[in-house]
Amino acid sequence: MLPSSRRLWALLPLLPLLLLFALAGCAEREEPASASAGGGNGFPVTLRPSGAPEVTLEAAPERIVSLSPSTTETLYAVGAGEQVVAADDQSTYPEQAPRTSLSGLNIDPEAIASHNPDLVIVESDLENKLSKALAKTGTKTLVLPAPATLRDAYTQFELVGKATGHAKEGAELARRTEAEISKLVADTPKTELSYYHELDPSFYSVTSATFIGGVYDLFGLRNIADQDDPNALGGYPQLSAEHILRADPDLIFLADTNCCGQSADTVAERPGWDTLTAVRQGRVVAVGDDIASRWGPRLVDFVRTVSSTVRDAGR
Amino acid sequence: MLKARSRPATTRLRPRTVLLALLALLFTVVFAVVVGAGELGWQRVLAEIAAQVSGGVSPLSEREAAIVWQLRVPRVLLAGLVGAALAGAGAAFQGVFRNPLADPYLLGAAAGAGMAATVVMVFAPAVTGWLIGPLPLAAFAGALAGVGLSWAVGRSAGGSGTATLLLAGVAVTAFLTAIQTFVQQLNTDTIKQVYTWTMGGLNVSSWRDLLLALPYVVLAAVVLLASARLLDVLALGDAEAASLGVRPGRVRLLLLAAASLATAAAVAVSGLIGFVGIVVPHIVRLLAGSSYRVIVPLALIGGAVFLILADHVARTVLPGELPLGVVTAFAGAPFFAIVLRTSRGRLP
Repeated sequence: MLPSSRRLWALLPLLPLLLLFALAGCAEREEPASASAGGGNGFPVTLRPSGAPEVTLEAAPERIVSLSPSTTETLYAVGAGEQVVAADDQSTYPEQAPRTSLSGLNIDPEAIASHNPDLVIVESDLENKLSKALAKTGTKTLVLPAPATLRDAYTQFELVGKATGHAKEGAELARRTEAEISKLVADTPKTELSYYHELDPSFYSVTSATFIGGVYDLFGLRNIADQDDPNALGGYPQLSAEHILRADPDLIFLADTNCCGQSADTVAERPGWDTLTAVRQGRVVAVGDDIASRWGPRLVDFVRTVSSTVRDAGR
Repeated sequence: MLKARSRPATTRLRPRTVLLALLALLFTVVFAVVVGAGELGWQRVLAEIAAQVSGGVSPLSEREAAIVWQLRVPRVLLAGLVGAALAGAGAAFQGVFRNPLADPYLLGAAAGAGMAATVVMVFAPAVTGWLIGPLPLAAFAGALAGVGLSWAVGRSAGGSGTATLLLAGVAVTAFLTAIQTFVQQLNTDTIKQVYTWTMGGLNVSSWRDLLLALPYVVLAAVVLLASARLLDVLALGDAEAASLGVRPGRVRLLLLAAASLATAAAVAVSGLIGFVGIVVPHIVRLLAGSSYRVIVPLALIGGAVFLILADHVARTVLPGELPLGVVTAFAGAPFFAIVLRTSRGRLP
């Protein structure tokens, strides 16, 4: 009697496993139904992000894990916020995004799988390791690399829309963003001003060959980090203090206010910087670390800041 | 086991040699200030210096003058100070451990500084408006704490020999580096900042940094110069030293403290810059003799010359800045290998 009851207890840990099988069975039975229902939403859909492998989604994802702060913002902007079950540790916006300790840099498939997602969106997936690992759990991986141009960014809005069953909203977001940015650029008088975009207080900067540099290009601004070759050092050179002083930028944009506590005041206190035109004319502008490093819908905010700075400076 | 080798060692430093070294230093300083990154024109910079000295009319604009006096001059002087500190400390470490490969970054100085700096960058990045920034302060304290910890571990291990201390340094370094990595993982935002710092550099330097490091380096230099003779005595072996009335343990502690102080001050203002402490004393040893009464003063001057030149390369070779630690390793490591090859058997 006793031994047999003991054997029964020993089987207890298997119970969840049985439950899982049962659920898996349910899911399988439901699949044809959801596929046919999804047909109306544009599913199945094949996504072809530029610079990453194509992905086919059979049905609209219901549990999305976003490991890219830019994508998290886009997901909410296209109305897919309710489908997001987890976002990475850098996804600080919008506030209701379910930020977790997941890292988009140091990716752990097991930690991701524990959120039981049907779609994971990341910025990069070296050798497709993550997508292969997640495929085993039936999860699809969409890789959306950092865009090289504004056009690429708009295309990603559309892609995120399509991937989440909000194709219309995605296309609308892309159209609206492009229109707003075009209008801001058109309404801003062209100038010959030079600028310096600061990533951190040791003078790391971006050249005009980068995505962010492309935004300043829209306004005809001249980048002091370009020097002889904007493509040098991957577009992210560390400038010397001497170079910055000699170049004497008309505008200074700080993307290191949150990370590193920089401000117009701290910049003015740096040795020799009180002689700079930008400092003397009060043209040291905080653009927000987040906004100036992401390609989400808040791009418009960044462009608006640049626009109003240029407009003020032209007065 | 190191064997005492009898050889005719120059123990006295000839005034002519010191004069030559100081002239080389002066020339290097003027060269680095005048030539700079090029675009000001060396004639105009010379005219500016002449104008400042004799009260003439300066050819430079206000901003150009700021480049020279607020950026370039303090940077060159700071490079010299850091170079002197690291090379002097290197010479001292080599003497204390009777090991020509010893370096100021042994014994956890660099790891302690790196750990403390990382902690500050991650947890208190926006602390500004202090008299001195929290970063140099943390690096300084961390470097001293790293050495102190190594010393304590070495002592508690019971060994009195230098090998125990060095092994303790290895263990402490590994442990502190692990803490640094762990803290870094907690906040991947700061990885680039930490990386930049660990590569070393004088990109963001000012008179304030110079004044911050100066008293410590001068104090350490005076102690090292005054006790260079003791390093020579230590080189004979502990028993021999004791028979000459020197207490090896105390002397080691004093010299380590001075060298660590110099290292900590250098790390605090420049980040981690490797190889200066090994390479410079070596060159001096090959050129001028193996007595520490010769090596210490010449290493102080030679370190200044070496790092000013290395920093000059760092700020002029690329369109952007090159991390100074990369330049010193680039120049130092191959050079060191060659020195090692050609001088085998001649090393103490």
